Amino acid sequence: MSDYLVQFNNISKFFGKVIALKDVTMKLKKGEIMCLLGDNGAGKSTLIKTLAGVHRPDEGEIIVEGKKTIFDSPKDALDMGIATVYQDLALVSLMSVTRNFFMGREPMKGPPFFKTFDIEKANKIAAERMGQIGIDVRDPSQAVGTMSGGERQCLAISRAIYFGAKVLVLDEPTSALGVHQASVVLKYIVKAASQGLAVILITHNVHHAYPVGNSFTVLNRGKSLGTYEKKDISREKLLSMMAGGEELNKLEVELQEMNRSSAN
Amino acid sequence: MSTKTKSIETKTDFNQDERLKKVSKLRLLLNRPELGALGGAILVFIFFGIVAGDTGMFSAYGVLNFLDVSANLGIIAIAAAMLMIGGEFDLSIGSMIGFAGICIAIPAIYWGWPLWMSIIFAFSMAVLVGYFNGILVVRTGLPSFIVTLAMLFILRGATLAITRLITGRTQVPGLRVLIEDDPLAWIFATDTFKWVFTWLGSMNLIALRTDGTPLATGIPPSVIWFIALAIITTWILMKTRYGNWIFASGGDKNGANNVGVPVGRVKISLFIGTAVAATIFATIQVLDAGSADTMRGTLKELEAIAAAVVGGCLLTGGYGSAIGAAFGALIFGTVSMGIFYTDVDTDWFKVFLGAMMLIAVIFNNYIRRKVTESK
Repeated sequence: MSDYLVQFNNISKFFGKVIALKDVTMKLKKGEIMCLLGDNGAGKSTLIKTLAGVHRPDEGEIIVEGKKTIFDSPKDALDMGIATVYQDLALVSLMSVTRNFFMGREPMKGPPFFKTFDIEKANKIAAERMGQIGIDVRDPSQAVGTMSGGERQCLAISRAIYFGAKVLVLDEPTSALGVHQASVVLKYIVKAASQGLAVILITHNVHHAYPVGNSFTVLNRGKSLGTYEKKDISREKLLSMMAGGEELNKLEVELQEMNRSSAN
Repeated sequence: MSTKTKSIETKTDFNQDERLKKVSKLRLLLNRPELGALGGAILVFIFFGIVAGDTGMFSAYGVLNFLDVSANLGIIAIAAAMLMIGGEFDLSIGSMIGFAGICIAIPAIYWGWPLWMSIIFAFSMAVLVGYFNGILVVRTGLPSFIVTLAMLFILRGATLAITRLITGRTQVPGLRVLIEDDPLAWIFATDTFKWVFTWLGSMNLIALRTDGTPLATGIPPSVIWFIALAIITTWILMKTRYGNWIFASGGDKNGANNVGVPVGRVKISLFIGTAVAATIFATIQVLDAGSADTMRGTLKELEAIAAAVVGGCLLTGGYGSAIGAAFGALIFGTVSMGIFYTDVDTDWFKVFLGAMMLIAVIFNNYIRRKVTESK
């Protein structure tokens, strides 16, 4: 029995001849934020779907709280406490904050067979939970469409936590946000981790990841380039690893040559 | 300018969100999807009150007349609205009406089944058709518009072919004698609150026939069904888990699926709902007319969708209300009957129907932008 909350060991996933993931290993303790970095096409989406139980890994094992498990469906993953917040957030913008918060898991009241959706209770919880993050929902019956991108992200995360997430998998939570909004979301992620959750933060933005992460895994063309503790790696090193540092260097050299030739 | 200074002033109050503008009751009301239809219905009544106030349109008989027409349309419009909120269309409602009609008439007249058994048979067929529509849409992922358009032709054609094959005609008369003493038919064929009308007649408050019985004999069954359905569906949408799932399924199929809403089951059940509503419509009409006609219900699916749209449903799903569709149906029913009491040629009714729908769509579109715009 290890002290890891969740371990993904040597996960591989193939689609026909295509190797989407090869030997990716990630281990998380309680309260830890691991940032998964990778450029487009690095295999982030496949990895997320594997973590979420959408795909079954072709190789490797998943160990949750010391027990080896297999996710057959997203529900299995969810039942084990691994909640994934996708980029689309699974929020319906035409529906109210409350109805979104409890979508699919509505609190009920009343006698059997005549159970009704307990809107008052749902409103109270939704407003309370959002209030804890510092988002004052003016009116929990307002449509989610009226909220800002950051608020929506926080709503989706807060919902996952409320429904018992132990491990949060966040897919690009800051990519569509402005600087201020992104910092609000990141702050919330740190707060969630400090309450004992393990967070896997998937992003291609090192500047967002570096301040909040405890460790960093870089993914490139389906393979892990290794996991680094924060103290072992600098922001610049991460950046160059992620973007394929050589490519940027090459570009720089080429540009210099072009400048030189045009100067002549 | 003035709103800007206001928002700065409120910033000092920390218990309040600094961006919170005072939302008036009126504004909250504006966010309800059925508001447009309610306003439209009021306008229609004011209009006919002025134009046709003294023509007998608003006598007991006249009122029941346009309520009956509205209620019939309303029964299918409410089901169509529920399905639209769930993100799908059903274009086979009209054909289902014709199909259900002969499902009642042929077994009852030609096979000697008791009427109640024929009615149950028709409803069973409705569940099957609805289930088939639903499973096809859910499994194939094809637009329901196309799937149910195909079903529109299939059902209408089958209705015609089967009826002609068995009866040699396109109409099946002779049902009226079977209604009496039938244990089930009365639910679809009885005028209620007769005593009220008898009493009103005896007090000389409403028009009488020459034999002293009132001209309007009671509330037609369609009106009772209509009101009951409007109440039940509104309760479902607002107060139950299933209602939340309907909004979620229509609003964002994938999102709803990801949080555990059984989107497929919700949609299939809504398709069954429209087919069953079409059968309620058909049963009431067939028993009222005493005969089934293969062409019954033609184009009713479009009227139902129009009423749902006027009632605030978005064509993209996830938004709308059952009570709105009920008001939409009331508008159409009232105008289609009211136009007889005016000097306007009844040919213009369709023009009105189209114009009304256009205005409603533009209005709803505006409302949706208001509801979802980011602040």
